[in-house]
Amino acid sequence: MISYTVAAGIAVVVAVVTDLFILRTALVRTRAWWAAYSIVVVFQLVTNGWLTGRGIVRYDADAIIGSGRIVLLGDGRIAYAPVEDLAFGFALVLLSCGLWVWAGAKAGAAHPRKG
Amino acid sequence: MSSWRHLSYAAMLAFVLLGAMPLHRYYRLRVFRQSLRLLVAIVPVATLFVAWDLMATSAGHWRFDPAQTFAGRLWGLPLEEYAFFVVVPLAGILTFEAVQAVGSRRRSAPPPAALAPPAPPQGPTPTTQAGSPTAGPG
Repeated sequence: MISYTVAAGIAVVVAVVTDLFILRTALVRTRAWWAAYSIVVVFQLVTNGWLTGRGIVRYDADAIIGSGRIVLLGDGRIAYAPVEDLAFGFALVLLSCGLWVWAGAKAGAAHPRKG
Repeated sequence: MSSWRHLSYAAMLAFVLLGAMPLHRYYRLRVFRQSLRLLVAIVPVATLFVAWDLMATSAGHWRFDPAQTFAGRLWGLPLEEYAFFVVVPLAGILTFEAVQAVGSRRRSAPPPAALAPPAPPQGPTPTTQAGSPTAGPG
């Protein structure tokens, strides 16, 4: 199977393409998305750091950019977690918010409501 | 202490929920009133990521410490991992909605001081407002 690095990169591309061209929500072109993501990513760094720093989740060195050493910063890691986790988290939240906005627009078109 | 260690993963999920859930009340969001919309947003994404997770764990990309998760497993993944794919998207959606609530407040509410210069056309700066739901007007 492809490495986590490649899979995470693909996930980001899939999420952005879905947002722009499939759902046409274009969240990545909005300030609101990036403002929300700038908050979310801080919490992702904390929670990924917790999961990885404590060894709740352990990564195979062959699947990630880094060597597999659990370090605070460097060797392919940020706040203990592999940088791939940031891509994973970005794709997860962008897809969820994209579908959320898409479903809201669908509902709004079916039942127009003020506000 | 070893029994507490089993809570390690669950504690992270609780932390995320504790941080995100107050946004709903504080910003008077309507996320939980739209249960179908929430399902549409979360279920397909969670399914996709669980599939990825199952492939990645079977390929050995990552594994979970049995001492820091509950004993329950489904297809080899800790139950906390499934909850992760509900909790994190939910927290993301709540954050996104809170940011939008801040933005629409700014657009609709006049500046508090009548002599204040017109607000520059900037977006929300929610790192202070949405990130600290106990601060500010309410």
